[in-house]
Amino acid sequence: MLCDVMDMTISPEHVQFREEVRAFIREAMPPHLREKAALDANFDMKEVMEWHRILDRKGWVAPHWPREYGGPGLDVTRRFILTEELELSGAPQLSPFGLAMVGPLLIQYGTEAQKKRFLPKILSGEEVWCQGYSEPNAGSDLASLRMRADDDGKGHFVVNGQKTWTTYAQYADWIFCLVRTDPKAKKQSGISFLLIDLKTPGITVKPFLTIGGTPAFCETFLDNVVVPKENLVGTLNGGWTMAKALLGHERTLIATVGQSARTIRRIKRIAGATRAGGRTLLDDPIFQGKIARLEIKLRALQMANYRAIAGAQLGQAPGPESSILKLRGSEILQQIYELAMEIMGLNSLSWFNEPGVVPESEQWVASAFNYLRATTIYGGSNEIQKNIIAKQILGLGS
Amino acid sequence: MNFDLSEDQKLLVETVASFVKQKSPVSRMRGLRSDPVGYSPQVWRQMGQFGWLGAAFPEAVGGAGGGLVDAALILEQLGTTLVPEPVLPALVAGWALLRAGSAPQHRRFLAPMLAGESLLALAYAEPQSRHDLHDVETRAERRSGSYRLRGAKRFVLAGHAARAFVVSARSGGAPRARDGVSLFIVDRDTPGVGVQAVATMDGRRAAMLTLDCEVGADALLGQEGDGADALEEAVDVGATGACAEGVGITQTVLQMTLDYLRTREQFGVKIGTFQALQHRAVDMFVETELCKSTAIMASIKVSDHDPVQRQSAVSAAKVQLAVGGRLVTQQAIQLHGGIGITDEHDVGLYFKRMHILNSLYGDEEHHLARFAALPSFLDGVPAP
Repeated sequence: MLCDVMDMTISPEHVQFREEVRAFIREAMPPHLREKAALDANFDMKEVMEWHRILDRKGWVAPHWPREYGGPGLDVTRRFILTEELELSGAPQLSPFGLAMVGPLLIQYGTEAQKKRFLPKILSGEEVWCQGYSEPNAGSDLASLRMRADDDGKGHFVVNGQKTWTTYAQYADWIFCLVRTDPKAKKQSGISFLLIDLKTPGITVKPFLTIGGTPAFCETFLDNVVVPKENLVGTLNGGWTMAKALLGHERTLIATVGQSARTIRRIKRIAGATRAGGRTLLDDPIFQGKIARLEIKLRALQMANYRAIAGAQLGQAPGPESSILKLRGSEILQQIYELAMEIMGLNSLSWFNEPGVVPESEQWVASAFNYLRATTIYGGSNEIQKNIIAKQILGLGS
Repeated sequence: MNFDLSEDQKLLVETVASFVKQKSPVSRMRGLRSDPVGYSPQVWRQMGQFGWLGAAFPEAVGGAGGGLVDAALILEQLGTTLVPEPVLPALVAGWALLRAGSAPQHRRFLAPMLAGESLLALAYAEPQSRHDLHDVETRAERRSGSYRLRGAKRFVLAGHAARAFVVSARSGGAPRARDGVSLFIVDRDTPGVGVQAVATMDGRRAAMLTLDCEVGADALLGQEGDGADALEEAVDVGATGACAEGVGITQTVLQMTLDYLRTREQFGVKIGTFQALQHRAVDMFVETELCKSTAIMASIKVSDHDPVQRQSAVSAAKVQLAVGGRLVTQQAIQLHGGIGITDEHDVGLYFKRMHILNSLYGDEEHHLARFAALPSFLDGVPAP
């Protein structure tokens, strides 16, 4: 990879790997998933897990996991290519809570017993995870969380409190929670990281609709839930370190460049099928300009992403360019859906109607347009990201 | 993929950066604003001797045999202190001559410029043409053994001091057609060439040209009517250079602004502790990184053999420079407050230069439209 001049070309092995990924997706995706992928339809959890198992059989379900824990041992560029091609294909997006969050955290901080117990079932899809971070009064100020875990003196924690925005908790088997284990300590220092089996008595999961009309979020209540102490990850009261490490694992995956690129192609298709003034909107200079502007924004982000990947491939620490990936990636995805809605015109009014009311390719746009407002909020809102960049990178004090 | 610099390139960047800091702080450019030439011919010669002017040109024509990435690295550094020597316009004019000219023409006109002994300027913009390189109303009529050139060219950068001009003229073809555009090398002293020196907002100089002159057949660069390729490529090189220089500017004014936010106090605290201003600074940082990313992409892809690849990358970078460069320099003034409006403060000089870079070699709307008109715009779009 090291060469004498700057080089944007992908090496022949990487080009070949991209072909391999494409061929795999073509062959391995069952027809009923492929049909939905072509329409960018919403997948239900059963379909998501079906695709999860297909990828697991290929060994690609956790591209960024080291080989010793069942990962494929891919280099940074191959990981990026795999992620990008999966996004471009419109395949179901896998649940990230096990694969991208708690899994990597356990690899970094878990005990041998925890790794052995949990990692294989994350890979196989046998156990689905969800995330217990936010609470009704702990959003951006996460460290003010109040869910309590008290030592019962008999080798257990007794957990009480409420978590919210627990995405897809209704389909999950396990939840990882930030809990308060020392109420007297300063905010960040009294928090621990616990793994909790959702089948434990005392847990109630209540799904509710998002603005996208889909039941993505839940409220999760814990009432005297007994959790064995061996489910503590890291040290007692060391949970804040875990919380921050987990966000670090999340960052490499959130530029969503592939998904945005796919959606831009898709709005070109919609524009090409939408007529106004005797021509299609794809031939209308105003809409061409709007689409081009977004595509260029994406291209700039993609190039920043390439710089980050090339740096990582050479073993360098993440540079400043990597910190903007979440910030920009989330905004661009929202802007693309906003433009799709504008191009659809009156078709954008339609809300979960029978097939045929609007063209199939436009059927799912409105729901996503709504739900994706979440991208600038989850994983640390963009305002929080800006606070972090201002302090950590730009050296502006508080 | 690899965006690390080679050892030679690192050394080049260090050398230019140290020159810029020690020999050409912004105060030098400030002082030359009132000078009729606007730059120093001595420094120009030095730049030639250092090999900076010929960095991207082949050794056969007197260059250093590097690539356009090298030229971009130099321009980025020159942007940090607004070095006033006309390196960018010379690169553009030289590139047109390199692409279209013959070995004798290279020897006579290009080599002396790359050595820092003379200056060339590209004369292509006309009153009606805006950014369309094919909208050429300057006429070239063939006589026996010569050409008659008639027309006018506007804002020929560095034209006030140029020894010769690379001039686009229509020798055939329909109005605004790509075909029929010819390039000529026209000596400044040719009878019938009128040069009116004008000032530009960034403290530099350009020329308004009037042409009613006769040039020899040896003034034609390449084949008659076949100049569009070289002209387009040269202007893309200019756009790429503008992006690189713009990166030097955005990085510098971001740093200036951060320094100001960390020291200026109001309400008894450093203003950099205010969240509204912190977030503005982050917006500037994000755009600076994106400008840097696309400028790198353009500096690599501008040499791509496929013109679609080249144009797509250059246009994307130029649009990003327009959006990002505008935001960064405008907000730099805003965050400096009243002091940012004074001529005494440097931030306004960067603001002015950024506007010029955004207007040159195709502006935002031009590149947006070109990007959307490329065949690559429809790549991978599924049929409806």
